[in-house]
Amino acid sequence: MNEFFRMGGDGTYVWSAYGVTLAVLLLNVWWARWRHRSALERARASNGDNRVSRRPTVRTIE
Amino acid sequence: MRLPRWFHLLGSPPFIYKLAGKVTPWLGVISCVLLAIGAYWGLVIAPPDRVQGEVYRVLFIHPQIAYVSVMAYVVMAVAAGIGYVWRIKLAHAVAVTAAPIGASFTACALATGSLWGRPTWGTYWQWTDPRIMSETLLLFLFLGYLALRAAFEDRDKADRVSAILAVVGVVDVPIIHYSVIWWNSLHQGPSIMKLDKPSIAPEMLTPFLIMVLAFTVCFLWLLLNGLRAEIVERERDSRWIQQLVEGANG
Repeated sequence: MNEFFRMGGDGTYVWSAYGVTLAVLLLNVWWARWRHRSALERARASNGDNRVSRRPTVRTIE
Repeated sequence: MRLPRWFHLLGSPPFIYKLAGKVTPWLGVISCVLLAIGAYWGLVIAPPDRVQGEVYRVLFIHPQIAYVSVMAYVVMAVAAGIGYVWRIKLAHAVAVTAAPIGASFTACALATGSLWGRPTWGTYWQWTDPRIMSETLLLFLFLGYLALRAAFEDRDKADRVSAILAVVGVVDVPIIHYSVIWWNSLHQGPSIMKLDKPSIAPEMLTPFLIMVLAFTVCFLWLLLNGLRAEIVERERDSRWIQQLVEGANG
């Protein structure tokens, strides 16, 4: 078992590479969750006040 | 020519939001299972390499991550291009979502490569290596895209200007791919994506390909997860989002 973690003496490199990868994946999952939740919260707070149909109907053309 | 109905639905934010919501749990489970199988196979079952010994096991994550980073860029550029030409907002939303995921995978590819390079090549970093440099450029393209967007208050303008950067940056993709053929590199030439038979032992090829699939599904999962957040952010004041959050309240 110990031999498995040593990876022929290069365990530090192999395990850090796998660790960094796992961290990046978890960070991505957490980031998407957090953004989704905060976007829903903002939508709740805005109450649709900026809805396009509630804006003046005249719009300038660029 | 009339396009089928489902094709039009692909541009509809509520439809995509709901579809992604149904698909993402499955993608999450599939990618986790594949990553676990691939990691076990690569770290435990696969035999040690004749030349590199055990340290070669980074082979089961590093190329896959690098490949996903390039795929993320292509997804971003194609989506941004479609958004620019046909003015489809959902396409811009896909591009914006792909950017931070791609940036993190690019950074991860550089980091894992660095950790692999030290014990095998004797160095963490080589400024003259064309593949390392073109991949580093990819990181700066992602970061530049995000920084450029942040400079605009108006989202539509940010979409259009950043799309141009994304599309122009695509020239880096063939450079990354052919860098090991065109220039001298510490990286080896293609050993799997070539017309000839792959020059890798089958005991190593299987976990390698499982991990390719695992990271691809994982990217799709992350992309759709992020896309849902981006859609809510963009459609915040639309009636369907308001109904959605009201429904969640009551």
